[in-house]
Amino acid sequence: MIIEQLSVFLENRSGRLHEVFEILGKNNINVSACSLADTSEFGILRLIPSDPIQAREILKKNLFSVNVSEVISFAAPNSPGALSRTLKILADAGIGVDYLYGFSPGEKSFIVLRPDDAAKAVAEFQKHEMELLSASDLYKF
Amino acid sequence: MEISIWNRHFETMPREQMKNVQSERLREAIERVYYNVPYYRAKMQEKGLGPEHIKSVDDLNKLPFTTKQDLRDNYPFGLFALPMSEIIRLHASSGTTGRPTVVGYSRRDIAVWSEVMARTLTSAGVSKNDFIQIAYGYGLFTGGLGLHYGGEKVGASVIPISGGNTRKQLQLMNDFGSTVLACTPSYASYLAEAIDESDIRREDLKLRVGIFGAEPWTDNMRKEIEKKLKIKAFDIYGLSEIIGPGVSFDCEYQNGLHINEDHFIPEIIDPDTLEVLPEGELGELVFTTVTKEGLPIIRYRTRDLTRLHFETCRCGRTLVRMEKCTGRSDDMLIIRGVNLFPSQIESVLLEMDETTPHYLLVVDRINNLDTLELHVEVEDRFYQDKISELQNLGKKIKNQIESTIGLTVNVKLVEPKTIERSEGKARRVIDKRKIR
Ligand SMILES: [Zn+2]
Repeated sequence: MIIEQLSVFLENRSGRLHEVFEILGKNNINVSACSLADTSEFGILRLIPSDPIQAREILKKNLFSVNVSEVISFAAPNSPGALSRTLKILADAGIGVDYLYGFSPGEKSFIVLRPDDAAKAVAEFQKHEMELLSASDLYKF
Repeated sequence: MEISIWNRHFETMPREQMKNVQSERLREAIERVYYNVPYYRAKMQEKGLGPEHIKSVDDLNKLPFTTKQDLRDNYPFGLFALPMSEIIRLHASSGTTGRPTVVGYSRRDIAVWSEVMARTLTSAGVSKNDFIQIAYGYGLFTGGLGLHYGGEKVGASVIPISGGNTRKQLQLMNDFGSTVLACTPSYASYLAEAIDESDIRREDLKLRVGIFGAEPWTDNMRKEIEKKLKIKAFDIYGLSEIIGPGVSFDCEYQNGLHINEDHFIPEIIDPDTLEVLPEGELGELVFTTVTKEGLPIIRYRTRDLTRLHFETCRCGRTLVRMEKCTGRSDDMLIIRGVNLFPSQIESVLLEMDETTPHYLLVVDRINNLDTLELHVEVEDRFYQDKISELQNLGKKIKNQIESTIGLTVNVKLVEPKTIERSEGKARRVIDKRKIR
């Protein structure tokens, strides 16, 4: 249930973001989820590609720096308080959250989250019968 | 093991005897320039000097200095001491501003150049059994041909590949079994990266020695290149106005470069007062050529800052040693009144595990205040997913540099391989204050 996410270091230069997606697109790699975090100096593009190994190789070959990190993804009801209950599970277990991103297209919210201990987070969520998404679930979207 | 010395007679000559040789050659050189170069005659006459006033090296400090500007003013052949029919080679240094400086060699000058280069190569352990890949530029620049003649003189198999064309460099290095690589230190470090990225395995290469020069580099950079290329790296110093590469060279103990002082007499002066400084003090290096025929040059101000040491070296050579030049007074930046050499930044970057020596300094003046920005690539594994870690890394680099140079610097991490790699002299500084 642990998902491999790629983080790409980007300088704040116009067109750089476009290049990443152009390269992935040309190589027939789909991106299931992504988020761009930016500072005044640089940005980090986080993405979950359909083929992380190939995506990493292709980006490296194109001289991007690529870091692989472990994230988890889950679905929660799209209703007030749902995310709060989920995060409480982690807080109660003493698991920290580095960042998360997500959206709610309909009845459910989908969240990608980087805990400081991915394996422990998965175990906690399973204990509480949360709806965890696997990498292959994500690629179906 | 016996240390190889090309010319034991001159390279291990007792100091007193060396002084006599220098004095005799200096007298002859002064006669030649006085009677053959109107410019030098006029400058000596201005000071009330004739050849009769220069009896030994102790009289050197009476003579006028020569600068790059003097060479430009006498462009192209005004300072030559021989008729052009006796000049068999011309080289020129690229002038970034205005005219280039032109140097001319007689047949004997080329022989002297080959001799000093043979000493240089022998000192680095190069012999007729070696394959020397010369990746310095050939052409008007003296680097390529200087190494070339020296390589032939010691009998090595010379591969005159010249600079650039990295793919071919690697192919020949592999196929010919090059044992010696001669190029600029920045190109050496570029080649090391290229080898890593190629299909060539380092253990299949026979490379063991590097002869690197033509730009200032630090001891840390030497260690880095030695580690990356798995070779022993030797520094070589020279400038075309004096002869080209071969003015001074590293021995295996690498505790200063031995100057071929039977041909080029060094002095260290205070660049402001122009007074000669005592042994061991840091100042500007000045050379007088005493055997050159085509373009003899008197007290040439190199702009390079160094110190001289006269004790006999562990290698047995008595030739005076100059410390590795890590800064040129020309390269020196003055930021908010503080002197800064780009090599200082480079040293810090090489000492940190996280950073690479690929950097660019951008100097600007904003609201009448000088600003210093450092663009630097970090080692691949340090491009983290977490922003806080990257920001901490930036801060760490900033602190390290600020505590070394005493100036505020803005550190900007850049993407890997985005700083221009140089196949010649690396461009490390953009001074926007000058552009405006
Ligand atoms: Zn020595």
